[in-house]
Amino acid sequence: MKYFRMMGLALAAAFCAGQANAQELTGTLKNIKETGAITLGHRDSSIPFSYLDDNQKPIGFAMDICYKIVDAVKKELKLDKLEVKLNPVTSSTRIPLLANGTIDLECGSTTNNAERQKQISFTNTHFLTASRFVSKKSSKINSIDDLKGKPVVSTSGTTNIKQLTEANAARNLGVSIIPAKDHAEAFLMVETDRAVAFVMDDILLASLVAGSKEPDAYVISKDAFSKPEPYGIMLRKDDPAFKKVVDGATAALYQSGEGQKLYDKWFMQKIPPKGLNLNAPISPEMKHEFAHPSDSPDPDSYKAM
Amino acid sequence: MNYHWNWRIFWEPAPSGTGTYLDMLLAGLVLTIETAICAWVIALVFGSVVGVLRTLPSKTAFRVGFAYVEFFRNMPLLVQLFLWFFVLPEILPASWGLWLKQMSNAPFYTAAIGIGLFMSARVAEQTRAGIGSLPRGQMLAATALGLTTAQAYRYVLLPMAFRIILPPLTSEFLNTIKNTSVAITIGLIELTGEARAMQEFSFQVFEAFTAATVLYLLINIVVVTAMRLLERGVAVPGYISGK
Repeated sequence: MKYFRMMGLALAAAFCAGQANAQELTGTLKNIKETGAITLGHRDSSIPFSYLDDNQKPIGFAMDICYKIVDAVKKELKLDKLEVKLNPVTSSTRIPLLANGTIDLECGSTTNNAERQKQISFTNTHFLTASRFVSKKSSKINSIDDLKGKPVVSTSGTTNIKQLTEANAARNLGVSIIPAKDHAEAFLMVETDRAVAFVMDDILLASLVAGSKEPDAYVISKDAFSKPEPYGIMLRKDDPAFKKVVDGATAALYQSGEGQKLYDKWFMQKIPPKGLNLNAPISPEMKHEFAHPSDSPDPDSYKAM
Repeated sequence: MNYHWNWRIFWEPAPSGTGTYLDMLLAGLVLTIETAICAWVIALVFGSVVGVLRTLPSKTAFRVGFAYVEFFRNMPLLVQLFLWFFVLPEILPASWGLWLKQMSNAPFYTAAIGIGLFMSARVAEQTRAGIGSLPRGQMLAATALGLTTAQAYRYVLLPMAFRIILPPLTSEFLNTIKNTSVAITIGLIELTGEARAMQEFSFQVFEAFTAATVLYLLINIVVVTAMRLLERGVAVPGYISGK
């Protein structure tokens, strides 16, 4: 009998110890502490958010933000040294690699929406972009209605092609929609006149135009297919401790005015490797988001006051 | 692994507005099958002709066949589709190029023809091997009977050669089906393309690609079974692959 009681005590003690530990550190933070390393997932051509420079090193607006998050994690865990590992991801691999623990943060240009939040979490929004279209100046297309009956391209599997399909039906445009594999190929279709316009996030269009052979030959529409939608850095779902650190770090960054400085660095100045300048001044909505950081997937919540 | 499985996703409405995610994948499957069948017909016709060319006594015919096979066989399929779709319209006269570019369903035709020609080089090699595997005496006997070269091929050589190469042709047909997935590079949203679109919309990567894998497996099983039946149906008793 005594023996059993002792065993019960031992078990209870073990259980409590486990509980206490679990309260200290869980999930990603625990992992980072144990391995002394954090892994950032980066894209290879998402200019200027996350892309490779001429030394094949990932750089960009989202990468800079991620490095700030890394600093905050290091401080939170009181580590002297935190190794940063970099892992390239594509739009198809980002979810599996995040889910299986290969990467801890995805630093790129991933649209934050309610459906995706069922699978993963986003930290505070780092950019807002609306769906617009690029066309050749020579084809003289000034509004969405000018697209009537013409071939228009968009990248398959994006929210943009969905918005184009909806607008096509709602406004009775009779546009023939061509799906392309990726942004570069979609832009190539406009370049080679296979399509008159390419519907995409306006900031990605700006970077494609700036990097093209004749940037002056293209114009980005004033008309938009959507309200500005948020981009966020992805992290694993159901990891509140890690999310708290990451949210805290990004909020501090945006509210301190350093966020604005980073914005100007990537969107208003020449960026490597080719010295492009995107010339995309900060929007009132974005200013508002930096002042009041939010991870909401709802475009309506980002209205500038 | 921190992944939120949701197998019911297939019955949820897809944001493309054309039905559920399952409908989306099935539409892709239909496009895959259509592309594969068109490409396979092209591959069989061109492959047989070129394969025969390579066995004819004429030196010129042999060289033409050789050049054709080496041209289509030695370039990756991805590069070939890219060349057909993006480069060909640029080197044609401007008006023809424009016509090609503005053709509706251009990715489908380009994919069917491009994959068809790529596979035809492989079918040509199989046909040549099939004809080459026949005893020399068959051609000689046909000639001695007074048949012309065309008649000898039509009535003596090809009927046997095709029976011999049926098993490798089955593999080539399966390859044709699988190669259609390369066509997403020119904007043909077939099964693989729809699976990719599904994972972009819903973020349920594993469910999307599992479904695509199962669907590919199913069509390939159907093809293998049908080809087995065909093999059995046309087998010549006492010969290779006959009983």
